[in-house]
Amino acid sequence: MSLMGQDVLTEDGLFMVNIGPQHPSTHGVLHLKVWLDGETIVKIQPHLGYIHRSIEKMSENLSYRNFIFATSRMDYLSAHINNEACALTVEKGLGIQATPRAKVIRIIMAELTRLASHQLWWGCTGLDLGAVTPFFYAFRDREAINGIMEETCGARLTMNYMVPGGVMYDLHPNFQKHTKDVMASIKKNLADYDNLLTGNVIFEMRTKGVGVLSKEDAISFGCTGPTARASGVSCDIRKLFPYSGYENVQFDEILATGGDCYDRYMCRMAEMRQSVNIIEQLIDTIPEGDFQEKTKAVIKLPKGEFYQRVETARGELGVYIVSDGAASPYRVKYRSPGFSNLSALSQMAQGVKIGDLVAIMATIDLVIPDIDR
Amino acid sequence: MNKEELKIAITEILPEITFDETGEFLNVFVPATSLLPFMNSIRSNNNFEMDYLFCLTCIDWKDHFMMVYHLHSKKHRHEFVVKAKLENRENPEIESLSGIWKTADFHEREVFDLFGINFLHHPDLRRIFMDDNWKGFPLRKDYMDENMIEI
Repeated sequence: MSLMGQDVLTEDGLFMVNIGPQHPSTHGVLHLKVWLDGETIVKIQPHLGYIHRSIEKMSENLSYRNFIFATSRMDYLSAHINNEACALTVEKGLGIQATPRAKVIRIIMAELTRLASHQLWWGCTGLDLGAVTPFFYAFRDREAINGIMEETCGARLTMNYMVPGGVMYDLHPNFQKHTKDVMASIKKNLADYDNLLTGNVIFEMRTKGVGVLSKEDAISFGCTGPTARASGVSCDIRKLFPYSGYENVQFDEILATGGDCYDRYMCRMAEMRQSVNIIEQLIDTIPEGDFQEKTKAVIKLPKGEFYQRVETARGELGVYIVSDGAASPYRVKYRSPGFSNLSALSQMAQGVKIGDLVAIMATIDLVIPDIDR
Repeated sequence: MNKEELKIAITEILPEITFDETGEFLNVFVPATSLLPFMNSIRSNNNFEMDYLFCLTCIDWKDHFMMVYHLHSKKHRHEFVVKAKLENRENPEIESLSGIWKTADFHEREVFDLFGINFLHHPDLRRIFMDDNWKGFPLRKDYMDENMIEI
């Protein structure tokens, strides 16, 4: 038996199934080749590159101001944090720091982004596992955060708000009031989230003990973010290598030990509460002053190499710039969290039933443009 | 270990190593031929335990390639960068590290795809992003394509 010129029955009696690239639970154009023994997964081979735009190559021809904005299109749910990573790298090269006001704005915006990203993930996880209602709850709250973003940044998804030296323009006059209102309602709604999904018997049966990733494997595969923290790896960049003033904020790094789908889920749920907590600490104490440090019109970094890592909603994003002294980078490398997290999928799914693959993919929280870049 | 202690300890493993300390990290230049035994020893040596390879990439310096490995130890919290120079532009090759760090598997496929570096003893060296029939290696500085425009 063959499908599109490929044998679906292998010599050792395995059955090969293509999942994607057009499949709702892959959250984008990801193509998985899955080899099955009956219903049990033996091997998975991800096929990537359907939306590879070679942002790294494009950046080699863009100025240090412009290349930042291409990264909004990488992990589009963490657009703010991607932009911040690039801005921080350029600042590191120039030897400057953002103004105190800009730093606080950056943290608040980053945490709002994280909240919105986790909310979308939560809704989609419910949808993947057969619960439709969470999706509407999540999008209602995410809509409110997008409204705050739109007011200040002028865009809802690709914000392009971070520039070297600070942020592009000052906060909208209504920012503080709206953020406080939204935080109050989200705090109330997070309890609803738990009531809807967390304690649900069907949900627990589909996630507990499924897709276990050991601590050693998580480190070896380079997993980061909630995916690795659920396996007990301490890897929160906000704690390990604080940037933008995270060292002055009180929050907890969420760790679990089980490494299964349920723990990954619980890590993200707890992170949402931490993000609300961080925003509430800072929202009343945004310092007055400039929102942007003065920089030259044409930025040139000195010869050398600059590396900056930040914690996006998915894990550790590293920006590696090699400069030869010109007005555009010689080489840019993005170490994206999704790419490394995806490489562990085959390990997590071994011996799991095919129906549970969806649960594993949902809790790794894949964003395909982040993987393909 | 701090930078100075790392330098002494690394020199004990492989005497012909050179260092560069101008950047944020300690840069360790290792001859490409002795990369695999060196990486093996810093992964298993209890004083180093570099268990987390957080970035693996390559730079095209027009006359040679430079492989760059960013390493971190979760236990000791120290980190440094290992670099290996590949002089042969026609047929650049280096040992694969996928047996030491599992993350190297995907990252080396990416470097193979975009730079054309041949990783010896890699379990599954195929293009990862580009089409299987793609000609050339896009991130090389001399890459040309009929659809590219001169600016």
